[in-house]
Formats: sequence, C-alpha cells, structure tokens
Amino acid sequence: MLELKNITKNYTSGKEITSAIKDASFTIHKGEFVAIMGPSGSGKSTLMHIIGCLDTPTLGQYHLDGQDVAKLSTSELAAIRRNKIGFVFQSFHLLPRATVLRNVTLPLVYLGVKREERLRRAKETLVAAGLDESHYEHLSNQLSGGQMQRVAIARALINNPAIILADEPTGNLDSKTGKLVLDTFERLHQQGRTIIIITHEPTVAARAERTILIRDGEIIEDQSNCKLNS
Amino acid sequence: MMFVDLLEEIYLGVLSNKVRSGLTMLGVVIGIASVIAMMSIGQGTKLQIENSIQSIGSNLLMVMPGAQRARGAAVSSGRGSSQTLTNDDADAIRDVAGVKAVAPESSRRFQITARGTNTNTQVVGTTPDYLAVRNVAVDIGTFFSTTQVASRSKVAVLGPTTVLDLFGENANPIGQTVRINSAQFTVIGVTAAKGGSGFSNQDDMIYVPLSSLQAYLSGGDYVSSISIQAVDQATMTLTQQAVTELLLERHHIPSADLADFSIMNQSDLVSAASSVTDTLTLLLASIAGISLLVGGIGIMNMMLTTVTERTREIGLRKAIGADRAEIVAQFLGEAIFLTLLGGTIGVLVGYGASKAVSTFASLTTTVSWSSVAMAFGVSCAIGLIFGLYPAQRASRLNPIDALRYE
Repeated sequence: MLELKNITKNYTSGKEITSAIKDASFTIHKGEFVAIMGPSGSGKSTLMHIIGCLDTPTLGQYHLDGQDVAKLSTSELAAIRRNKIGFVFQSFHLLPRATVLRNVTLPLVYLGVKREERLRRAKETLVAAGLDESHYEHLSNQLSGGQMQRVAIARALINNPAIILADEPTGNLDSKTGKLVLDTFERLHQQGRTIIIITHEPTVAARAERTILIRDGEIIEDQSNCKLNS
Repeated sequence: MMFVDLLEEIYLGVLSNKVRSGLTMLGVVIGIASVIAMMSIGQGTKLQIENSIQSIGSNLLMVMPGAQRARGAAVSSGRGSSQTLTNDDADAIRDVAGVKAVAPESSRRFQITARGTNTNTQVVGTTPDYLAVRNVAVDIGTFFSTTQVASRSKVAVLGPTTVLDLFGENANPIGQTVRINSAQFTVIGVTAAKGGSGFSNQDDMIYVPLSSLQAYLSGGDYVSSISIQAVDQATMTLTQQAVTELLLERHHIPSADLADFSIMNQSDLVSAASSVTDTLTLLLASIAGISLLVGGIGIMNMMLTTVTERTREIGLRKAIGADRAEIVAQFLGEAIFLTLLGGTIGVLVGYGASKAVSTFASLTTTVSWSSVAMAFGVSCAIGLIFGLYPAQRASRLNPIDALRYE
C-alpha cells in the first residue's frame, strides 16, 4: 500500500547538486511497524517528508494506496496529508496557548468535521494515546514532555490515517517516558495501524517489526526484527 | 474547513495578542473617526450655508440694475447704481412663463426717529408679494396690502431689531408713528426674526409700500432690484433666460453683452457655495484619510510580524492538511476582523466627536449614512489590501522550512 520505487531527492544550491536520497526502493504494507534508522544527516528526515507527502521526490515513483504521489500539486498533497497521514513531530509542534482538545481536534477542522463529532473523536483518541482526562482543558504549554507527546500522538490519530509517521518520538523525552510512548505505539500497532518511526537509536528501532537502515541517502539494510524481538 | 471554524480561528488568533491587536486597531479607529468627524463638519457647514441661502427665499431670481462692464469701457458707474429698472419692468415680468411672484423693491438708508430715539436703517419699499418671494413672515400686526400700495399709504412694517432700537424691549409699536426723512409713517406690523447677521441684517429693516417710498422719499419710479420667484427649481434657468430676453427687448438692447441689468440666480449661488464647501470637505477628509492610510500600514506591519512569529504554527497547519486558501483566509480574516472592528469603533468615536464639536464649537455637523457606509467600506478594503500580502506570504511558506523555523 506504500510503495517507493527508485526515489531520488536532489537539492540544488548554486551549481552544486547534493543528493539527500539516492535510488531508494521499498514497500511498506498495511499494519506494519517499521523503523527507519540512520545517523543524523543520513537523509532519513527527507525520506520521512517524502513518505509524509510534505515533499516530492526529484526522481522515482511513490505510490500511496495505488496513487502516484510524486507528481501531485501542493493542494493535492495537502489533501493526502489531511486524509491519510498522521504526523508526530520530534518537537511536538503543538499550538501554544491552546487547550489539549483544540490541539487534538485541529486536523478535523481542516476536514470540515462538525464540533460535536470532533470532540467525541478527540476524547477517543486521547484515551488511545493514554492521556488522562483531567488534562483535556489544559493549555498545551502547561504540559510535561510526555504529556505533550501523547497529545501529539492523539492529534496524529484523530483523522484515522492510513500511516502514522513519527519523527524521533522519544528524542525529547527521558528514557522512562520514552518507553511509555513506545508502548503506546506498540499498542496502536496491535490495533492494526501502519506505523513508521524515524530514529537514530537502535534501542528504539528494536521495538519495531522491521528496520530500514539508511546512510548517506542510501538504504543499506532492510530487515525484519522478529528474531531480535523474540 | 467550515466557515464557523474559520471565524473561530480568526477570533482566537486576534485574541492571542490582545495588546498588539488593540494598538494596531487604534490606528484604524483614529483614522476612521477622523474621517467621519471631518466629513460631518464639512457636510454640516455645507448644510448651514445652503440653509442661510434658502432663507432669503426659494427659487429666487434677482434682477439688479447696472451695466455689465463692457470690455474696453472707460467708466462704469457701478453695479446697482443706475436707474434702469422701473415699476413697469416688474409688471411686465409678472407675465413671463414660469414666474410665480414678483416683488420689485427700492431701498435706501434713512435716519428714522420715533419718540425721541433715532436710528439709521434700510428702508425697503416693496409690494405684498415680497413676503412670499423673500420668505418673510409677519409676527405682530399685518403687512401692508395691495390697496395700501395703490393708495400710497404711509404705513410701515418694522423688523424686530429696528423695533428694539426705536422702542426698546417688549414694546408694542403697532399704531405708533415713525418719522422717515420728515414723512410720518404709522407702524402696522412687525416681521418675525429671521436671524442672519453680518452685512445684511434682515431683521434691521423697515418695509413701506413701494409707491409711498417713491412718492415721499426717493422720487421717480425706479426700483433697485426685482425679486422673482420661479415656479420650481428645474425651470429656473429657462425663466432667467425668458426674463433676460424680455428686459433686453423692453430696454431696446440688441445683445445680452450690453445689458443694463444683471440677473442673479439663487441656484448659482447655492452651487457656488456648495462647491466651496465640497472642496473644504474633501480637504478635511483627505487629511483624515492620511491617518487612515497610516493605520492600514500599521495593520500590515502587525500581520507581517504575526506571520513571522507564527511560522511554525503555519507549517504545522499545512503539515496536517491545511490548504493554501485556508491559510490565506485565516490571516486575511484576522486583518479584516481588526479593521472592521476598528472601523465600527471609529464610526462611534467619530459620531461622538462630531456631536462634541456641534455642542462645544457651535458648528453644525451632520453624520450622513453615506459617510458611515464609506467608512465601513474603506476599513474593509484596508483590511483586504494590507492583509493580503502578509496572508499570501504565510500561505506560500514551505511546510518543511516553516516547521524548522526558529
């Protein structure tokens, strides 16, 4: 359902062309839990942007649910992000001075969902993301890092996306909270959702079913973690 | 995105920085308020001038004697000084189509005495039509009748100021006699006060029958002006033309350039005065408009700051699927919200200011619906114009770069 074929992404600055991604090909099936791992500067963020339809590749084809995303316009890309993708950003990117509920319901605003329906679904997803109900009316900047991450996860879930993309979801958390957040992802995975985690930590990648290792824009390893986990 | 949600986003966005939004709005408030106040002063002044012109009569044409100075003529005796208009001219004008009433008048200043006091004032000899033509009303007693004009009665109608000068306050002068240049006149009425001051005080006058003035005081059958009331305003120019032709024929003058009289049209006077006050209004409004422009630039400045400050928020909104149009609508909406709210407050403040001006500075002010509508239109336009660039800038942000923005 998510198919990358010979994806290349070049950046041009002046006369110099640098390739962030070189000829990457892989397929991720529905319900998979995948970690994309690599050191910083390896091109994993660029890869995430392409998978998340925030950016289009220079060369290659990217099929999402059978649709070739590589050639879509910006507003068509926005429509795909709205309907099919849930982002969990490294630094959460919550709206400051806005309540938890408003933050979580924001994607539904752009989907044109009615208020009552928005609130109902926000409460559902907040439960799924594991945030206590007492925090729902708190402002996002009054929350702890772990709570903010849960709000960000709930926001990523609310549009019932085909893929959840998480960029360094534990990067800003202490190891204990990080573990709780990874537990949440695992639980969501068990509910049948497709989850892609971008990370540079092998311990985080080990929680996934499959690890795609990327270095200098090239995929150097794509292996199943089943044996490691068991 | 539903419209209600857009409104909510706009409202929360403006509210998230109350002080800054308030100060920016203040610029628009001041701009709109000064435009409203200035235009109300201008329009009020125009109305006041028009009213005072209307108070000398409605649809009025005035024929004055005196040659229009021909090019190259050596001597001109001055307008109004020649004795070319007569009672017969006035009678002839009465038959011109479009003329409703005619009041010939001959006026001169005389020394008036009554019971030991005396004053110097304008004595106007005229006919009863004068009342209707020149908008004069009688307060006490009666005006003289056509019979009294025909019989050269020595009766006089006094203006209230003249009564005050000759008889003192609260006196009833009816039946008393006044001496005008050695002739005795019996007072039969007092005109109602018309106000008006300056060069021609319409309250400081004595009206006597035209025939009496000509017989006992000035001699001859010359008149110093003929006031003509036209049937309506639309036909005034036509009537003026007809009267001109009639008088040229009567005075045996071949061309209008050589006419020994001139006709003043009241609507010319009104339009001349209007054009002066319109220019004044425009001047005042454009000065106020500059402050409105400055207010608009303030809006743009604030919106640009807001867009920069909220770059990451914009990036996030785009990442979770906001369309470019939705980002434009949100930021443009914030600008229009500020200017519309500022415009509303500005209209109220401007209305208050114009009321204050009319109370304390005794200037007439009128706040017209058109200026209020204009203020709203302009403030909405300012929001659109000055909000569009920042909103476009926000919508063009690349979500990846915007999210990384520090």
